[in-house]
Amino acid sequence: MSWETVMGLEVHLQLATQSKIFSGSATAFGAAPNEQADAVDLGMPGMLPVLNEEAVRYAVKFGLGIGARIGERSVFDRKNYFYPDLPKGYQVSQFFAPIVCEGVFEVPLEDGSLFPVRITRAHLEEDAGKSVHDAFSRETGIDLNRAGTPLLEIVTEPDFRSAEQAVAYLKALHSLVTYLGISDGNMAEGSMRCDINISLREKGSDALGTRTEIKNVNSFRFVERAIHSEYERQADILDSGGSITQETRLYDAEQNVTRSMRSKEVANDYRYFPEPDLLPIVIDAEYIEAVRATLPELPGAKRARFTADYGLNDYDAALLVPNHALADYFEAVVTARGAAKPAANWILGDLTAALNRNEIDITSSPISAAQLAGLIARIEDGTLSSKLAKQVFDGLWAGEGDADQIIEARGLKQVSDSGALESMVEAVIADNPDQVAQYLAADETKQKKLSGFFVGQIMKASKGQANPQMINELLLKKLNDQS
Amino acid sequence: MTDNALLSGSVSSLRQQLRDRAVSSEELTRACLERIEACNGALNAVITMCSEQALDSAREADKAIAKGDIASLTGIPLLHKDIFCTNGVRTTCGSRMLEQFVPAYDATVVTKMRGEGAVMLGKCNMDEFAMGSSNETSFFGAVRNPWDLNCVPGGSSGGSAAALAAGMAPLVTGTDTGGSIRQPASLCGVTGLKPTYGRVSRLGIIAFASSLDQAGPMARTAEDCAIALTAMSGIDAGDSTSADIPVPDFHAGLHHDVQGLRIGLPREYFNEDLDPDVRERVMAALSALEQAGATLVDIELPHSHYAIATYYVIAPAEASANLARYDGVRFGYRCEDPVDLEDLYLRSRSEGFGEEVQRRILVGTYALSAGFYDAYFNKAQQVRRVITEDFTRAFESVDVIAGPSAPGVAFQFGAKQQDPVAMYMEDIYTLAVNLAGLPGLSTPAGLINGMPVGLQLIGKPFDEQTILNAAHRLQSDTDWHMARPQLETVAP
Repeated sequence: MSWETVMGLEVHLQLATQSKIFSGSATAFGAAPNEQADAVDLGMPGMLPVLNEEAVRYAVKFGLGIGARIGERSVFDRKNYFYPDLPKGYQVSQFFAPIVCEGVFEVPLEDGSLFPVRITRAHLEEDAGKSVHDAFSRETGIDLNRAGTPLLEIVTEPDFRSAEQAVAYLKALHSLVTYLGISDGNMAEGSMRCDINISLREKGSDALGTRTEIKNVNSFRFVERAIHSEYERQADILDSGGSITQETRLYDAEQNVTRSMRSKEVANDYRYFPEPDLLPIVIDAEYIEAVRATLPELPGAKRARFTADYGLNDYDAALLVPNHALADYFEAVVTARGAAKPAANWILGDLTAALNRNEIDITSSPISAAQLAGLIARIEDGTLSSKLAKQVFDGLWAGEGDADQIIEARGLKQVSDSGALESMVEAVIADNPDQVAQYLAADETKQKKLSGFFVGQIMKASKGQANPQMINELLLKKLNDQS
Repeated sequence: MTDNALLSGSVSSLRQQLRDRAVSSEELTRACLERIEACNGALNAVITMCSEQALDSAREADKAIAKGDIASLTGIPLLHKDIFCTNGVRTTCGSRMLEQFVPAYDATVVTKMRGEGAVMLGKCNMDEFAMGSSNETSFFGAVRNPWDLNCVPGGSSGGSAAALAAGMAPLVTGTDTGGSIRQPASLCGVTGLKPTYGRVSRLGIIAFASSLDQAGPMARTAEDCAIALTAMSGIDAGDSTSADIPVPDFHAGLHHDVQGLRIGLPREYFNEDLDPDVRERVMAALSALEQAGATLVDIELPHSHYAIATYYVIAPAEASANLARYDGVRFGYRCEDPVDLEDLYLRSRSEGFGEEVQRRILVGTYALSAGFYDAYFNKAQQVRRVITEDFTRAFESVDVIAGPSAPGVAFQFGAKQQDPVAMYMEDIYTLAVNLAGLPGLSTPAGLINGMPVGLQLIGKPFDEQTILNAAHRLQSDTDWHMARPQLETVAP
């Protein structure tokens, strides 16, 4: 049987507010256990939540970022269940009336096309704490630093048919939220956690199969692998005539399998009801427009502008735009020295490779945008060959100064003086009579290959400084003169 | 000055005596502490005393008075219901669950009263988690009514009402979720005010039903309630449901004039179910107001009879969530040697909560459960709106609504304990006021067989002033509020 995968995603996005959603505690990652939990976070008797307006603004920013409708009147609800790391015995969430309503998010795929993902809703809620099972023998520790951290839960319609689409969505989401400045989107630290609702159906069918939910997958790569692994598992069951159990599963990255967590049939009845300690969030058009005025250029608009204004292809634009800092860097290079395509090539090629090799982010690049622009300028004006340019790049990376200083210091100026080049060419021809004879005897295609030998000799003799284009022309002329 | 005069004085008169240096706060405080020590064995009205702290505060107050640095309650002794969190002082909420709980913070009300110079003597007994109308559900034992030690003081602020009536303090605080200030005020013969929902911050008050809970003062006179209400009220950034409405000086705004005041008498409150003796006392009080110039108007609150059912869905539903935090994990009672997490939850909560609290948690959990939510909780929310609209409509033609505070006088211990519904009927005249978020006040209206009866006055939202004025006029023209229980038998 041929199966089609149908998936919807739920992303829990940690909002980068200074303090928690209902208390004044800090939200920074990595503090010692319970150092960032106050009486509200601990659910102490008599404590009351006070809504952090920043979290509301971030949620509205997100809604506007995906062109969704903002709920005029959204309401917090209590989601009731017992768990040791849930201090109040309920989580404050939004069940009946979310702050962000339906919208469509355009996700760029690798081929440059846009894939529309329908967003069902996004709602504000507080995070729970963390149970620590390995700190004490025979006892579980509770760390409530994370309790009360603002989350935006973003729910999609079941619009995904492949792991590639799902990952593209997550990457685009990551890009959007970092552009909006509402989250660092760091999956490894749990700032962005993904639940995958996945079912299979016969290709061509419209019906939805029984789904499973894979919880808390914490990297793009794991999302892809978890989907493939769960597809295989469900397909095996269905192929052998079995049926899927609706349940929650966890992805085990080490074994690359999903494992059953708990069955939904016996799942909690959360007994949602409106949170009486908080007023409804009422958002008027004026507020929305004020927030809209603060929105930066978003990835979709920037991609369009990069292709239209700088003549970049979709592929380069798609690589430059998702990382806001990288896109800014690109624009800074182009502003300093107009050539967009070489700028994109250098940034996406050598610079990205060097950054990756050294595991540093573009924001801490040792080569400034102005410096890279200086390098490109010297290529454009013929001072540097591409080969020399790489040496200058290495010099820039090593902090030897600007491109011109490095060219000067290392004596890397390209030799474009035709008199000097001519004598080099002549010397090589004179020193290699056998190769010249071979060349003259060869047919046209072979000649092209053999000419490389001479170019190599000349470059060697010039310590790489000879202008390769001029060498080629001179060489061809001189060799043909021999016949 | 005799101790007796000190112990029966009103806040306003004691305030004057303190300012005149006729008495010191230390003397007054000491007299109250001695009174508590003398009577508490019989009444069980106070759970925790703060004698040393109180005397220190009193001496501070005396210094302030000497310097002329006088706030509205400087030097006035005060008892708080043990539902208000007090920094460094055990706060039990009448429960075994919080028997050892010492908060590291003060409720806003506590902070405000201290800021006005009040001297906290200690904490009053109460029904467990404010769930009860007789004070019999307290883990610390029942409170006795100073008018008759065989009778209940009402609840849930029964400890506060009994302490006040017994002369332990001139001013006490309470909370009222369904009648918990007004009904014990009625049964103990004192004046108790439940302000409009949102008037007083709930921050630091241990929650029972968040959309209904409201703190208020109990005192010997309406005038004292006006002084205390001004001190307690105001928007609080820490309570999102506190109202951003200016707080008038209720004491300065107090006057005697009830000329033309329209008082509505709901047909549903004065029907054949009303005890004839209660009717007679309540009508006598209303006649006094009529003679002073008020007009009595018959009105209808057609959905009144749904109030109890509505309340007993909403309040337990909210309570079921509010009390979920008492799980034995972080604070409060934890069972011995739990074998696993479920055992920890089950036994900590079964052993830490009393029967009535468990009953309400179960009822509330049921009302919110999948499949029942619409039929119970959602329906109750709808009816709540209808009940509120009844009041809104009635207030188009009247300024105040009046009725009994409770269906009868204080009853004997155990009389209603085996029948929860009979107990819930105690609040039949008060619950709707909480559902509608309105201010309500109980003022003494005489005795039946030596036991006090209360008149309830209900006001428009945030119009506490009008009901305080009416009660003040009544108390100027009559002396029911001056009646005191004879406690010499237990504490000569």
